[in-house]
Amino acid sequence: MKLFGKSEKQEGFFSKLKAAVASTKNNLVAKIEDVVKGEKVIDAELLDDLEAILIGADIGTQTTSEILGKIRSQVSRKQVNDPEQLRTLIKGELRQIIEAANEAGTTSSSIAGTRVLMVVGVNGVGKTTTIGKLANLHTQQGEKVLVCAADTFRAAAIEQLEVWGQRAGVAVIRQKTGADPSAVLFDAMSAAKSRGIDVLIVDTAGRLHTKSNLMAELEKMKRIAAREIPGAPHDVLLIIDATTGQNGLNQAREFTRTAGVTGIVLTKLDGTAKGGIVVPIARELKIPIRYVGVGEKLDDLVEFSAEQYIESLFESE
Amino acid sequence: MFDQLTQKLQRVFKNLRGEGRLTAEHVEEALKEIRMALLEADVNFKVVKQFVESVKTKALGQDVLESLTPGQQVIKVVRDELLEMLGGQSAALCFPPKRPNVFLIVGLQGSGKTTSTGKLARWLNRNGHRAYLLSIDIYRPAAREQLAILGKDLGVPVYPGVGSEDPLKLCQAALREAENSGCDVLLIDTAGRLHIDEQLMQELRQVKQAMTPAEILFVADAMTGQDAVKSAQEFHTQLGLTGIILTKMDGDARGGAALSIKSVTGQPVKFFGVGEKADALEPFYPDRLVSRILGMGDVLSLIEKAQEAINQEQAVELEQKLREDTFTLEDFRDQLRQMRKLGPLEQILGMLPQVGPFKDLNKVKVDEKELLHIEAIINSMTPKERAHHQIINGSRRKRIARGSGTSVQKVNQLLKQYVQARKMMKQMSGGMMARLGRMKF
Repeated sequence: MKLFGKSEKQEGFFSKLKAAVASTKNNLVAKIEDVVKGEKVIDAELLDDLEAILIGADIGTQTTSEILGKIRSQVSRKQVNDPEQLRTLIKGELRQIIEAANEAGTTSSSIAGTRVLMVVGVNGVGKTTTIGKLANLHTQQGEKVLVCAADTFRAAAIEQLEVWGQRAGVAVIRQKTGADPSAVLFDAMSAAKSRGIDVLIVDTAGRLHTKSNLMAELEKMKRIAAREIPGAPHDVLLIIDATTGQNGLNQAREFTRTAGVTGIVLTKLDGTAKGGIVVPIARELKIPIRYVGVGEKLDDLVEFSAEQYIESLFESE
Repeated sequence: MFDQLTQKLQRVFKNLRGEGRLTAEHVEEALKEIRMALLEADVNFKVVKQFVESVKTKALGQDVLESLTPGQQVIKVVRDELLEMLGGQSAALCFPPKRPNVFLIVGLQGSGKTTSTGKLARWLNRNGHRAYLLSIDIYRPAAREQLAILGKDLGVPVYPGVGSEDPLKLCQAALREAENSGCDVLLIDTAGRLHIDEQLMQELRQVKQAMTPAEILFVADAMTGQDAVKSAQEFHTQLGLTGIILTKMDGDARGGAALSIKSVTGQPVKFFGVGEKADALEPFYPDRLVSRILGMGDVLSLIEKAQEAINQEQAVELEQKLREDTFTLEDFRDQLRQMRKLGPLEQILGMLPQVGPFKDLNKVKVDEKELLHIEAIINSMTPKERAHHQIINGSRRKRIARGSGTSVQKVNQLLKQYVQARKMMKQMSGGMMARLGRMKF
């Protein structure tokens, strides 16, 4: 017993000693490495946390690793060792991506005559609701607005748009469900010209960007628009649902290719989703983000602010 | 569907296959790729972390290191793990004896609740039930009109409920109406709501309490990103979901949200939405989905379809004909018809594994009209011409072209293809067709 106890104690001592040496050694190596890399306080765990924030906001692995890669090199050069500073650097990177895209965009508000604004997107992102809000917004800016119900496919889509038209106090040009969307568009454009409309907002049916026939239909609508009013559609807004994941990038690519997207509206930001997919979209396609949707009421559409948006990404970690 | 994830995992395992034995580093390397692929597929990062950890512990076990085909072992571990996450077996809907059963359809805005409700009603009616529809979406403009139109198109009764703005009263009245009209399932379409909207979630809790639904189905968009865990979790905590309908699977979304939602709620995915038409709803089979993720293709579905369409005798007969070189244009036409019975070609190609000779085949755009033309051309031939293609000379070609409404070039093209196909089939015959017919699963 005694012997056993003794040996146990000895082993305990030895293993402790071994562990102590090892930890010093590890610490030393780690410290040296830190000094070399310039990562003093900014340890792997912190970077992991930051990665989780970016990935968790749907910014995607590629953009995230690019941003973190840049940060790492900045950190090693400037010897940044304050976590808060690191966060500021990341925010700066995000801002750069978003602002580069916003600067690349053009605004059509200076165009004389009727401006045509087409709203496109996949199913269920909030196109019709956004159109109601947009109609309200332009009306409040003192412009004469007309809405075109070119979603002739989905059941009760036209009725839904008409309710929004009433709420915003704007007329809606419509035909029957199943009608050719281009024909409704043609009607709406003639009406817009004769009524001296400033802004014509065109609703389109939700379509998955992979359905080539439906995408071709959008191209046709664009051709009709350009034939009736030169330069139309002046704006093509792609609606992106904030809950959308990495597929949003494919959506933006395809809709840009066929419909020439000029701006993005990010909807449903009043939930817990951050809508970070707009960052890789801005980075790759340089499409400006115009508005964000924050609720179901008529005035729940606000102009996009890069600063506020980026701050919101880092909220409630 | 999960094509891109499939390709990524394949690349990982291709690298693994090149190695004789699997080392810990290889596992690490593979897991890194799997992690990225899953994140790119929108699986929530916490779920990915869990998944990778558990694959790691299992893959690093001795049997892997001592195994002769380490790549296969890792695939098996990943496959089993994915399967476990998705729930192993397909889950059926629950129909308790007290009729009518109430199914509550819930979810975020724009996930596809109303469309799915319509599709589910059709599916139920096709499977021996009688559905009755009710919309208690009193918020979204024209939401109730939308369901009314869908119901009318499908021939499914919809509770009118005009004028009433109280979800609970609507529910109770519709339940009585469903019972009186002899329907056994009342499908309640609810308003889309954010999981953090306390007031609207309270409303759903009240509906649940009053109606004791047999199923509370959460409709989720396949394109959903990282947030899927939060919304699904909250809906589940508040309502106790019983299943998931994953919509918009006909796009190119990788659908990793399915894994996320399954893992936080523990509830099975019960249906897939694969299009905008009323019949575009499919029961969900986890094993098939996992096979797709891992690049084995949805071979089971394909074989099932093939067995329905091809009968064994025909296959044996065909093989004999190939061997004896008596494969005529008539047989060629029969083959085309059989193939068309399998369904749209693009759908079939999508089921094949994305490896070897089938790689990139799903990108091929097949013109179904082309097949119709070919059939028309063969129909315009005389029986003698079909049996002996050599006799088809210039004037016969002209006649065939006129008869089928095509051109001489098309006829020439078909004849050339037929001769080539004959040659090719003869080479690869060796009992393959008969074997396909005999396959039992």
